[in-house]
Amino acid sequence: MHELSIAMSIIELALEQSDRRGGAQVSAVHLKLGALSGVVKEALLGSFEMACEDTPLKGARLVVEDVPVLIFCRSCQANRPVRSVQLFCCTECGTPSAQVVQGKELEVVALEIEEWDHSLA
Amino acid sequence: MGSQPRLIEVRKNVLKQNDLNARSLREQFRAAGVFVVSLVSSPGSGKTMFLEKTLTLLRQQYRVAALVGDLATENDAVRLARSQAPVKQITTGTLCHLEAAMVQNALQEWDLNQLDFLFIENVGNLVCPSSYDLGENLRLVLISVTEGEDKPLKYPTIFNSADVAVVTKMDLASAVEFDWQAAYGNIQAVRPGMQVFKLSAKNGQGMEEYLSFLQKRLDESRVAATI
Repeated sequence: MHELSIAMSIIELALEQSDRRGGAQVSAVHLKLGALSGVVKEALLGSFEMACEDTPLKGARLVVEDVPVLIFCRSCQANRPVRSVQLFCCTECGTPSAQVVQGKELEVVALEIEEWDHSLA
Repeated sequence: MGSQPRLIEVRKNVLKQNDLNARSLREQFRAAGVFVVSLVSSPGSGKTMFLEKTLTLLRQQYRVAALVGDLATENDAVRLARSQAPVKQITTGTLCHLEAAMVQNALQEWDLNQLDFLFIENVGNLVCPSSYDLGENLRLVLISVTEGEDKPLKYPTIFNSADVAVVTKMDLASAVEFDWQAAYGNIQAVRPGMQVFKLSAKNGQGMEEYLSFLQKRLDESRVAATI
């Protein structure tokens, strides 16, 4: 269970970005999570909520985009999905490949921040 | 006056700090000409016994050392010290994996230039260590014959993060009716083309082939470092 330390790194990263914008309130963190990242989504969501308590991110949402595995298939000369993470074969032609081109992502891609709209003042 | 949400693009790797630390370690290892092998497996797969044997045999010809990660005890370090190679324990407390910074800290008192091989035994865990680069040249994933043939299918991510698989405790294979073909097939399913060694640290079977593989990789890494 290393999701809690991952969640804390995500919060740290979000706070760093928020500080750069004058301490803007972060309402959501968007994350890309690869099927081979080694991180379990459900555990991460729970950990994130817990780790946000007592931080300026309290109440922020974690929006996870699941990223499937893609391999480079030598027969097709193209990036293809795998049959499953238990079977690293091209879904089109069945050629095995260990050349992973996508699926290891563990990346904060965007933040939703609250901005005061002065035009409404 | 109201507030409105705005989406700002960030694009930052969550494990950026670990990746940076690992990159710095890799550079130090390369500069010192030391070949670094890390070991991952579930608890009880025979990592420590395997490492003890590896250190004892390699020590006859090479300068070797080991770092060993464990949650609480120093038992593994004590066992490994029997090989008479320098061994250092990294006690992780409740942390289920090693991170690059912990390796960096543990190495502070050692002169890497005095080493040919450095082994890093990760905490017994087939899940968490997969996300953390330790700057190693080679990651071995171990499974013992007593664990069953389907471990690769249950933990595909760790097999994907490793370079080579080692099937340990082959001396017990027939007693537990271990199906080598099935295990090999499962490894190839989750990681096509993966090199697999089968051996027994206890009776020495398969150790020679594995050790010559390590020696070859050390030589190759040194040639590559001079280019």
